Amino acid sequence: MIQAIAFYLFAIVVLLSAACTISSRNPVHSVLWLILAFFNAAGLMVLVGAEFIAMLLVIVYVGAVAVLFLFVVMMLDIDFAELRAGFVRYFWIGLALSLALVCEIFIAIGAWSAGGIDFARRAAPIDAATPNIEAIGTLLYSRYLFLFELAGLVLLVAMIGAIVLTFRRRPDSRHQRVHDQISRRSKDAVRNVNAPVGKGVEL
Amino acid sequence: MSYAQQMMMILPEIVLAVGALVLMLVSAWGGHSSARGVSWTAVAVLIGAGVALLGPASHGGEAFYGLYRADAFGAFAKLLIYIAAAVSIMVAPRFFATTSGDNLRPEYPVLILLSAIGMSVMVSASDLLTLYVGLELQSLAAYVLASFMRQDTRSAEAGLKYFVLGALASGILLYGISLVYGFTGSTLFDVIAQAYAGDRSLGLLFGLVFVFAGLAFKISAVPFHMWTPDVYEGAPTPVTTFFASAPKVAAMGLAVRVAIEAMGPAVDQWRQIVIFAALASIILGAVAAIGQTNIKRLLAYSSINNVGFALVGLAAGTQAGVSSVLVYMAIYIVMTLGSFLIVLQMRDADGMPVETIDSLSGMSRTRPWLAAALAMFMFSLAGIPPLFGFYAKFAVFSAAVESGLFALAAVGIAASVIGAYYYLRVVKTMFFDEPAPAFAPMDSKVEGGLIAITALVISPLGYLLIPALLSATNMAARALF
Repeated sequence: MIQAIAFYLFAIVVLLSAACTISSRNPVHSVLWLILAFFNAAGLMVLVGAEFIAMLLVIVYVGAVAVLFLFVVMMLDIDFAELRAGFVRYFWIGLALSLALVCEIFIAIGAWSAGGIDFARRAAPIDAATPNIEAIGTLLYSRYLFLFELAGLVLLVAMIGAIVLTFRRRPDSRHQRVHDQISRRSKDAVRNVNAPVGKGVEL
Repeated sequence: MSYAQQMMMILPEIVLAVGALVLMLVSAWGGHSSARGVSWTAVAVLIGAGVALLGPASHGGEAFYGLYRADAFGAFAKLLIYIAAAVSIMVAPRFFATTSGDNLRPEYPVLILLSAIGMSVMVSASDLLTLYVGLELQSLAAYVLASFMRQDTRSAEAGLKYFVLGALASGILLYGISLVYGFTGSTLFDVIAQAYAGDRSLGLLFGLVFVFAGLAFKISAVPFHMWTPDVYEGAPTPVTTFFASAPKVAAMGLAVRVAIEAMGPAVDQWRQIVIFAALASIILGAVAAIGQTNIKRLLAYSSINNVGFALVGLAAGTQAGVSSVLVYMAIYIVMTLGSFLIVLQMRDADGMPVETIDSLSGMSRTRPWLAAALAMFMFSLAGIPPLFGFYAKFAVFSAAVESGLFALAAVGIAASVIGAYYYLRVVKTMFFDEPAPAFAPMDSKVEGGLIAITALVISPLGYLLIPALLSATNMAARALF
């Protein structure tokens, strides 16, 4: 019962926020609706027992992709009137695409009701009691440890590459020198002056 | 198998990885002034990795649940890779000192080392995942190296072009891998081979085609060669030296391993692809090179042409064929390294590099030794008999003939005559044209020594190496069958 309520709650919010994503006039709002949609999709994933994918959705899509979207949308100067200008021109191709999607949904429902996929026949069936994060982790850190470490090197190359290709020293830039700031003492900066009356202070 | 034994099998990679990480830290703190030290240490690390090949790394067998295989085939390819990588590091400091304005940055040897790790994993892969991760490690470092001279627009263009097309090729390869995995149920080469030995479904064949297409891009075989001339021309010359040698050996080793170990039972299917790629590469590499005026582009087409000849050996699909591919690659990298070493000497009076073939005019009178060496490399690349390049071509064609591929051998030999034309044109420019302004004198003993060594190997004296080379390649080829 509680699962059914949760399912309908998540599903309805996903649909509503997806509709708002494409219909809202302000692109910043669109991205925010998209984030809401991702969150609820993650909820749906938890309901079907795929908690790893749920966490990936939250961490990767919400945490990185959507926030990046938001930054890009907020930083770019987009002319929205111009973006909407081609609506009539692209209407037919959009219609064709959505027709294809509808057909695919029907085919998917047909395949699902035919009961085609037999999960028990998988080459490496997993124990239903094992949470899938644990199952993935066990594989990743034992059988595929060698590749995991190599993938780390790939990321390191990406990092070195980004620095090599973009970093350059700018001697004239005014960056903060934290050490100098912290090591500055009051006696270096403050001077007690006994100001004589009517003479003023020499600074 | 204990963990320590497995670590001993990947000792060359561990040496390289630790070396690369330490040198990265040194270069991060040391800055530009550490470049020379980092370069020579990187060469020492590569030598260390080569020495590590003597241990279980060359005969240990499978490690990490079959993901990695340490055998003689991998060890031979790794030796070639490390030599080529070391040469590309040694020639860099002088080139960058005069051209880029900001000297050699110490990240260059570090990236070459990281790329060498990727290449060594590639030639030892016995699983599709290992294959892909190794390939990406190698390629990603190569993309950065191609645009290493970031102020130079041609270099930036080369990097971008290489990256975009390389990503496309990776996509094609991954699509093939996913099909193969889907239809065989495993990513391990030996399980895949069992699936190919049985009833081959259409999906398996599609997977095979896509995997070979992806690999053909990496070895720059026609019809996936379009990036090669542009990238070779735009990249800084030491980087081009690297691209033309080490990654070629690695990708060819990988292609041979996939063809024989994973898809060996489907030899009749992939042989068609390999024969087509071989002939197309030989012919296009020869014909398209004729109109080139830039020596780096010419050598790029020459590398396409040479990959075609190496594929002739693979098309045989036999142990002798694999052995001949390795012989070919070993001799090819010596010839190509030698040619690029001479391209690196082509500098005008100000020390800026020149790349036109016309600037070689009359070099026999201004720089006779250099002209003689380049003439030797050109004759050798053309496969003209007393030189060592002839033996390489002889090995692949005799392997093809032994497997009954007479037509392939005949067309290949005929096309190599077309190829000889443009190699001989370079020689003619050097020896018979009116002298152009002389190049700046060679001031690096290292480069002079390397040219002398490569020229000596290519000279008829190289035939003395044949017994050692053959015993090594035969042992390597036996490891795959």
